[in-house]
Amino acid sequence: MQRSNTYILVFTAIMTVIIGGILSFTSQFLGPAQKKSIELDTKTSILSAVMQLSKKDDVLGIYKQRIRSVVVDYNGNYIEKDRKGNPIVAENVNILKNYKMDPKEREYPVYEYMNADDTTQIEAYILPMYGAGLWDAIYGYVALEKDLNTIKGASFGHVSETPGLGARIATQEIQERFKGKTIFDENGNLVSVTMLKGEKKDPSLFGPHEIDGMSGATLTGKGLNAMIKNYLGYYEAFIKKNKHQ
Amino acid sequence: MSAETLEKPVEKAVKEPLFSKRRRKFVTDPLDDDNPVTIQVLGICSALAVTVKMEPTLIMSIAVVFVIVFSNLIISLIRNTIPGRIRIIVQLGVIATLVTVVSEVLKAYNYPMYKVLGAFVGLIITNCIVMGRLEAFAMGNKAWDSVLDGMGSGFGYAWVILTVSFFRELFGSGTVFDFPLFEKIGLANFPTNGLMVDSIGAFMILAIIIWVQRTRNGYVEN
Repeated sequence: MQRSNTYILVFTAIMTVIIGGILSFTSQFLGPAQKKSIELDTKTSILSAVMQLSKKDDVLGIYKQRIRSVVVDYNGNYIEKDRKGNPIVAENVNILKNYKMDPKEREYPVYEYMNADDTTQIEAYILPMYGAGLWDAIYGYVALEKDLNTIKGASFGHVSETPGLGARIATQEIQERFKGKTIFDENGNLVSVTMLKGEKKDPSLFGPHEIDGMSGATLTGKGLNAMIKNYLGYYEAFIKKNKHQ
Repeated sequence: MSAETLEKPVEKAVKEPLFSKRRRKFVTDPLDDDNPVTIQVLGICSALAVTVKMEPTLIMSIAVVFVIVFSNLIISLIRNTIPGRIRIIVQLGVIATLVTVVSEVLKAYNYPMYKVLGAFVGLIITNCIVMGRLEAFAMGNKAWDSVLDGMGSGFGYAWVILTVSFFRELFGSGTVFDFPLFEKIGLANFPTNGLMVDSIGAFMILAIIIWVQRTRNGYVEN
């Protein structure tokens, strides 16, 4: 049946108010739980760069015990305060916001993985990274041993790489391939690590800076290489400063 | 009740049982003869996108069933007040609200799945099955019937995408619900098939399901 325009307008207004109310209530009500699960997710991915976590693990507990987070600048100096002068918390540093800034002005979080028995001894440095894959952003954490040369582990994530191809960077199979690789050559120059084209699945065929590729995902691999190389470059001052301690 | 009877005088005066034969058909028809995916060929986009693994597929199925049942119910309840000229936007509003609620709940309580499904949950809004049922059924039928109809279409969608994902995960990753099936039965070297992980795999399995179904039901192209 044909309704008057007034009826339609009133109907629309009421509907908008109801829907708006439901949505803002949901968002308010679920906000704290969402914040918690995002925190858990971040800490899980930081930790998974250095250890295998199972679903049962108390991630927040392990994180609290083992991770000491600091923030450094481009020159490798620790910074305590953010640009507005507030105390800086590494976990709250927005890597995407920083990504849009000049590398020299960014804040760089470093997650120091401490020894389980002696929590003053650093066992590994976990560095967050961000870059472009084939379709959209890729991100992750690369953990360096305390020699700041050998890769202890890595964990990567992606927004929308091709399932089964580029999306494999998020799998343990691919991340395992980074273990034990080194980022400096014999002369002490930062060379990073490079994922090659093609997939051989035989670890013995690759040099200390080379990583077996992902079949069908060469471009994601290139993005990954660029991301790691860039960020190791940004952290180079910090790495060199702490290398010979 | 009296107003309803006046509106549709053909309706039987005796109260119809909750699961009468007519009503059972609302649920059973879309499972087979009138399946939204294999017969009406709706909702294909998400059938391709989320079916690489079974776990996200299951979550997606639950989300779709929830959205379709409740949007059918809500639209059916307010069907006589909806102005005809803006009915589509009203339907969209209801669907979008429900989908957002699902997505927010997922974000709060199953963040890893939210990351996997994120965009696709949002895309339930554009899933033709949901809107198709609202426009074709809920706008002209009573609440309970609409709920049953929603369940029928929802489960019809769910079993198809779950079947597709079962084969895709089994042959693509060698697992079922991330359980390494082939490895456990002593076939550790079973080669996984890259085609199955790709969308093409979903097309192929979907086609096989349609083929089997049509053979079984004796479908003949006119």
